[in-house]
Amino acid sequence: MEFGFKLSPSSAVNLDQVDLSLYERLAAIEPDLRICMACGSCSATCTAAPFTGMSVRKVILDLQRGKEKEAAKMLSGCMLCGKCTMVCPRGINTRHLILSLCRIYGTKAKEEGK
Amino acid sequence: MSKDNIVIIGGGIAGMTAASRLLRLGYTPIIVEESDHLGGHVAEWHKLFPDMAPAQDIVQRLAEEVSAANIFLSTRVLFINRLHDTYIVMLNNGVSIQAQAVLIATGFNLFDATKKEEYGYGIYDQVLTNRDLERWFTTGDDPRLNGHEVKRAGFVHCVGSRDVKAGNTQCSKVCCVTAIKQAIELKEKFPDAEIWCFYMDLRLFGKKYEDFYINAQKDYGIHFIRGRVSEVSEGLDGRVIVKAEDTLSGKPVKVTLDLLVLMSGMVCNATINPIATSLGIDLDSDGFLRSKDNISHIVSSGRKGLFLAGACTGTKTVPETIAEANSAALDIHLYLTEGK
Ligand SMILES: Cc1cc2nc3c(=O)[nH]c(=O)nc-3n(C[C@H](O)[C@H](O)[C@H](O)COP(=O)(O)OP(=O)(O)OC[C@H]3O[C@@H](n4cnc5c(N)ncnc54)[C@H](O)[C@@H]3O)c2cc1C
Ligand code: SF4
Ligand code: SF4
Ligand code: SF4
Repeated sequence: MEFGFKLSPSSAVNLDQVDLSLYERLAAIEPDLRICMACGSCSATCTAAPFTGMSVRKVILDLQRGKEKEAAKMLSGCMLCGKCTMVCPRGINTRHLILSLCRIYGTKAKEEGK
Repeated sequence: MSKDNIVIIGGGIAGMTAASRLLRLGYTPIIVEESDHLGGHVAEWHKLFPDMAPAQDIVQRLAEEVSAANIFLSTRVLFINRLHDTYIVMLNNGVSIQAQAVLIATGFNLFDATKKEEYGYGIYDQVLTNRDLERWFTTGDDPRLNGHEVKRAGFVHCVGSRDVKAGNTQCSKVCCVTAIKQAIELKEKFPDAEIWCFYMDLRLFGKKYEDFYINAQKDYGIHFIRGRVSEVSEGLDGRVIVKAEDTLSGKPVKVTLDLLVLMSGMVCNATINPIATSLGIDLDSDGFLRSKDNISHIVSSGRKGLFLAGACTGTKTVPETIAEANSAALDIHLYLTEGK
């Protein structure tokens, strides 16, 4: 019998279970990662954003919420032009951060045999 | 030495600073303080932002500076009557003073956090207020914290502030930076703790406050989540579960904590209202005493010989309070010397 109900997985963020290992690994070599204040200047100026959805702000937020895959997926939408670095008011070297994240995520995936 | 009597109601930072200046100007002011000690709220604080200076230092220094004043502790003003150009101030110890000038420096009250029942203050042992935490930093003694290792803590901004339903639309101004200060102090005590601040806006307007914020993020790894805490409940293990929206992700968020600190706001201290209004001072829309105007005459009541200083007219930091008290002392001096 079909009652028209379905179970949806919860989209809530449970901070008790987030895996921050990637965030912490990145923060160890890019400590400025921690001072992002989510202003969105990086995404606003990004030439790729309208086409690929790239957003450094979201990458950082996803890492803080343990969403590694979402963060990594976004990286392919960046063309490393460096415009975001020019506008970041907190002086974060966002371009360098993206490169470091690519490197770490690649190594981490290899370690985990993915 | 001037024979003019000046009564200062309230012996907090505002009242003490004004008294200290007036002593140097040759007056012997009379401080009427309701509690049994001088210092007001600052006497309860541990360290002051933004330089982390010990709060006791300033309280002690001012107490020494005003030791030559006439100080009535544990004393209240019953009423004040105006008689020509003077004020008759009646105290509850039977003393009555004929004063040429009166300074109201009665400060603020901390918002009563039990009114925000959904945050569980007074219901769950793991929920403290900013005042409780300051006291614990100072005394090291709170039954709710004694012997506990804090592993996960949260700070709730805007408790009773910016809240129409709580009757306070105003921003309390000091609690964003106080949350950051307290989070840093807590992290210093428990270096392995994870700490989250739940904010609606971060209002870090003062000198070096933004640096303090960057410091908290970078050197102390404190997490900031934009979203107002909606409710707090108790889990099976006795810890509290905090719910909010992570508005930057657009997703509900929850976290289990062993300590939650509520940043209670600064609200008006209504005990002085009957006296103030009887002398013709109105209340402003935020409930605090109304100054003559909020730009160039904050310390003036608009009534002859009647002055205001400090947090009785609105939320103030310590440096702002001191600046106003100094300015009120000078205005009183000019009023008494240049003729009424
Ligand atoms: C949690 C918290 C932390 C803070 N930390 C800082 C900080 O680190 N740095 C900073 O710059 N600021 C800080 N502040 C702000 C600071 O507390 C105020 O700026 C300061 O207390 C204002 O001084 P005041 O003398 O005007 O008022 P109060 O401190 O409120 O003093 C008023 C005095 O008047 C007395 N009184 C009241 N009514 C009467 C009456 N009817 N008759 C007689 N006496 C009366 C009271 O007993 C009290 O002694 C903090 C505030 C809060 C809430
Ligand atoms: S470096 Fe990447 S993220 Fe930054 S502006 Fe260029 S394309 Fe956008
Ligand atoms: S511009 Fe800088 S501070 Fe702003 S969101 Fe991007 S990385 Fe963060
Ligand atoms: S200072 Fe911050 S915590 Fe306090 S009321 Fe204003 S916004 Fe809220």
